Amino acid sequence: MSKKYVMGNGAIALGALSAGVNLVSGYPGTPSSEIIETVAKYPHEGTYLEWSVNEKAAMEVAAAAAYSGARAMVTMKQVGLNVASDPLMSLAYVGVKGGMVVVSADDPGPISSQTEQDTRRFAEFARIPVFDPSSPEEAFEMARDAFEYSEKYKTPVILRPTTRVDHAYASIEARDSFKAKEYEGFVKDSKKWVIFPRLSFINHAMIEKRNIEIGEDFSSYRFNTAAGNSEKAVIATGVSYAYAREFLKDYPEIKLIKVGTPYPLPESFLLKALEGVKEILCFEELSPYIEESLLKLAGKHHLDIEVRGKLTGDVPASGENDTDSARRIIGRFLKIEEAENCVNLSDAPEPPPRPPVLCAGCPHRASFYAVKKAMKGKKAYFCGDIGCYTLGNAMPLDMVDTCLCMGAGITMAQGFNHMDKEAVAISFTGDSTFFASGITGVVNAVYNAADMIVCVLDNSTTAMTGHQPHPGTGRNLMATPVEKISIEKTLLAIGVKKVITVDPLDLDASVEAVKKCAEIKGVKAIIFKSPCVALVKSDKKMKVDSGKCIGCMRCIKEIGCPALSVSGGKIVIDENLCTGCGLCSKLCPVGSIGGV
Amino acid sequence: MKKDIMICGVGGQGTVLASKIIASSAMNEGSAVHSAETIGMAQRGGPVTSHVRVGEDAFSPLIPVGGADLLIAFEPSEAVRNLKYLKKDGFVIVNCVPVKPTSLAGGADYDGKAEIEFLKSKCGCLVVNSDELCKPFGSSKFFNVAVLGAACGTGKLGLSKDTLCGEIVRIVPERFKEKNLAAFEAGYKIGVNNNANK
Repeated sequence: MSKKYVMGNGAIALGALSAGVNLVSGYPGTPSSEIIETVAKYPHEGTYLEWSVNEKAAMEVAAAAAYSGARAMVTMKQVGLNVASDPLMSLAYVGVKGGMVVVSADDPGPISSQTEQDTRRFAEFARIPVFDPSSPEEAFEMARDAFEYSEKYKTPVILRPTTRVDHAYASIEARDSFKAKEYEGFVKDSKKWVIFPRLSFINHAMIEKRNIEIGEDFSSYRFNTAAGNSEKAVIATGVSYAYAREFLKDYPEIKLIKVGTPYPLPESFLLKALEGVKEILCFEELSPYIEESLLKLAGKHHLDIEVRGKLTGDVPASGENDTDSARRIIGRFLKIEEAENCVNLSDAPEPPPRPPVLCAGCPHRASFYAVKKAMKGKKAYFCGDIGCYTLGNAMPLDMVDTCLCMGAGITMAQGFNHMDKEAVAISFTGDSTFFASGITGVVNAVYNAADMIVCVLDNSTTAMTGHQPHPGTGRNLMATPVEKISIEKTLLAIGVKKVITVDPLDLDASVEAVKKCAEIKGVKAIIFKSPCVALVKSDKKMKVDSGKCIGCMRCIKEIGCPALSVSGGKIVIDENLCTGCGLCSKLCPVGSIGGV
Repeated sequence: MKKDIMICGVGGQGTVLASKIIASSAMNEGSAVHSAETIGMAQRGGPVTSHVRVGEDAFSPLIPVGGADLLIAFEPSEAVRNLKYLKKDGFVIVNCVPVKPTSLAGGADYDGKAEIEFLKSKCGCLVVNSDELCKPFGSSKFFNVAVLGAACGTGKLGLSKDTLCGEIVRIVPERFKEKNLAAFEAGYKIGVNNNANK
C-alpha cells in the first residue's frame, strides 16, 4: 500500500483495480480518457484492457465479461453513452452476473463536448443505479462500491464523474500491484441471456420492484449525508457539493445535504434529512435532476417545502458551477453577503482573446488549405467531424460548415449531395473517427450512389484526447505490433471509386488530388497522411528574411498558423512553435520564408 | 501548512509540470494536497490554469475567487485574466515575455507592457523574463522549473528547496535533470535577490 497522487480518473482506475476488475474497455473522450490509461500504468495481473473501436463495441465486450461472472468496467464520455445506449438499454433488462460498472463522464460547461447532457437522466431512463462522486477520493471508493452493488442486484450500474472530478488530483491510498478476481465463466441459459419480448416484460416488472429496494439500500449509503440544522437548507450533488461545502464551511449550522446516489432516489434518507426544512436550494449542474426528484418527493409525501434551483431561476440553466457561483447563489439564497477579497480589477487591461487553434505545423491545416485552394470559386459544402480538426472552422481557414457528432461528417456530406447536385460535397474525418463510426457512412454513401469526396485526415493517432492508439496504428493496449487495418484497403473494399493517399504538406500534389477527385462521379476518397506534430518532434524551422518580406501578411491571412506574428510590419516566426512544415513558405509571393 | 497557489499560462508552456512538482513536494512535506488542471480542447493554444490547494479544509478542487496566496503566471495577460483569484494581499510572480495571440483573433498590438505595469500597481509582484532566464539552457521550455526556483527563493511557496529539487529529479526525464536543476537554481537566485532588495 502507498499513497498515490492521481487525478480523479486515476482514482477510478485504482478503485476498479482494487475491486479485482477482469476487463476494462472504452473509447477515448475528454474528460474520461485517463481511466484506462491509468489501469494500464499500474502493475496488474489477469486484467484484459482494450481501447475499443467505439463505445457500443466497448459496452458489448464488457457485457460478455459480466455475463461470464467477471468484473467489467467500460469507460466513455457522456456523448459516448449515446453511442452505447443500444446495448445499455437492453442490458438493463437482461442484467449481469459479474459486476459491471459503466463510467460515463459528464462535462458541465461544456468544456470539451458537444452537449450538456446529464447521465443521471440516462440512468433513470435505463432504470439502472447511478453513483455521483464529489471528489477523486469518493470516486475511488464509489468505483469499488459500484461493483458490489452491481453484483448484489445483478444489474449494470453507472458511475458518473464530471470534468472537475475527473481532472482534480488527490492522494489515494492503494495497493501497488493488483490481481484480477477469479470468475466462473459463462454458463449457458437462453432463458436468461437471450432477450425476447416475454423476458423483457417479466424483467421490467422485476426491475421496477427492485429499484425501490435499491433506493432503500442507498438510504443508508455512507456518501448520502446531511449536516447542520436550519429551516433553509442546501442540497448538492457531485462536485457542486464540494463548492457548496467550501462556501458553507464557515456556517456549520446551515443544513447541507449531499446525494451521492441520485437514482434510485434514496427516499427514506431524504425524508429524514428534510425534517424541519421549509425551503431548500438545489445546487447542481447540467439538468435540474435532484430538484425535480425533490418536487416529486414533496408531492408524493405532501411535504410543505419550497424547492428552489434551476427551475426557479436561482441556479443558471447551463454552464458549470464553481466556488464563485456557490458564494453568489447560495449566499443570495441564505442572505449571506461576503465581500470579495480580491484586487480591484475595474481598470484592468482587457486580456487578448485566445481561442483554441490547430497547433503550429499541424498537418490538418495543410489538408484544409489544399481543399480550400482546389475548391476556390466552386460551390462546395465542407462537413466536419469530431476531433482536433473541428478547429478547421476558425478563420482564416473557415473550412468546417457543419459538425454534429462522431461520424456525421460523411453521412451529412452525402445528404447535402442529394439536396444540391450543383455543389461538391466534401467530408473531413479523422483516422480514429473513421474507424469509430465513419465506415458505415462510406458504405451508405456508396450504396446510395452519392457523389462526394471523403477526406480522411490520417495523423496516425487519436490526437485530441491524448494520443490513444486505434485500429490503424498497429498497436493496442495488450500488444505491439498487431495487424494494422488499412484505411485505403477498407475504402477500396467498400467500392469507393478512387482512393488517393497524399502527404498534405505537399501542397501541389494535395490540390491536384482534390481537383482530380472532384471530376470523377461517385464516392471518392483522399487520405491526407502525415503524423501528428505533437508526436513527431521536428528540428526543422522556417525563418523569415526580413529584407525580402514585404509585409503583405498573405501567410497569416491564408493559414493563420500560431507561429506567425507581425513585428514592425514584417512577419516573424516563433521558433519555439515552428515545426518547419513549410506551408507558409509556399504561400509567400516574394519567397522570403525559407528553412533552416 | 495552508496555501492556495494558482499557476496560469498558455497551452504548451509547461504549467502542468510546475503544478505537479509543487503538489508532490507539498505532499512529501506531509500536507494534504488537492489540485486541478485544464485538459482537452481548452488547452490547444488557449489559456490554461492549475489550481494547487494545500491544507486539510480545501474542499473544492478550484481555488475560490480572492483565495490564492500566490499566482505564478507564465504570461502577462494571463496573469491579469486570473488576477481575480488572488487575495488582496497575495503575491504574483509573472513572466514579462508575452505570448502573442494568433493575429486574426485580435490583440495585434499586445506586448504585455501595460499588463506588467497594471500588476505592479495592484499587488506585490516579482517580474521575471523567461528569455533571459532560460538563455543559458537553450530553450524556454525550462521556464516552468526556473519559475519554481524563483517562487521558492521568495519564500512565498512555503516549500523547502531540497524537497522541490528532489521532486524535480524524480519527475523530469534523466537526460534533462542537470539543466532543470540549473534552471531552478537560476530562478532561485532571482527570488532571493528580490527579497534582499526590499
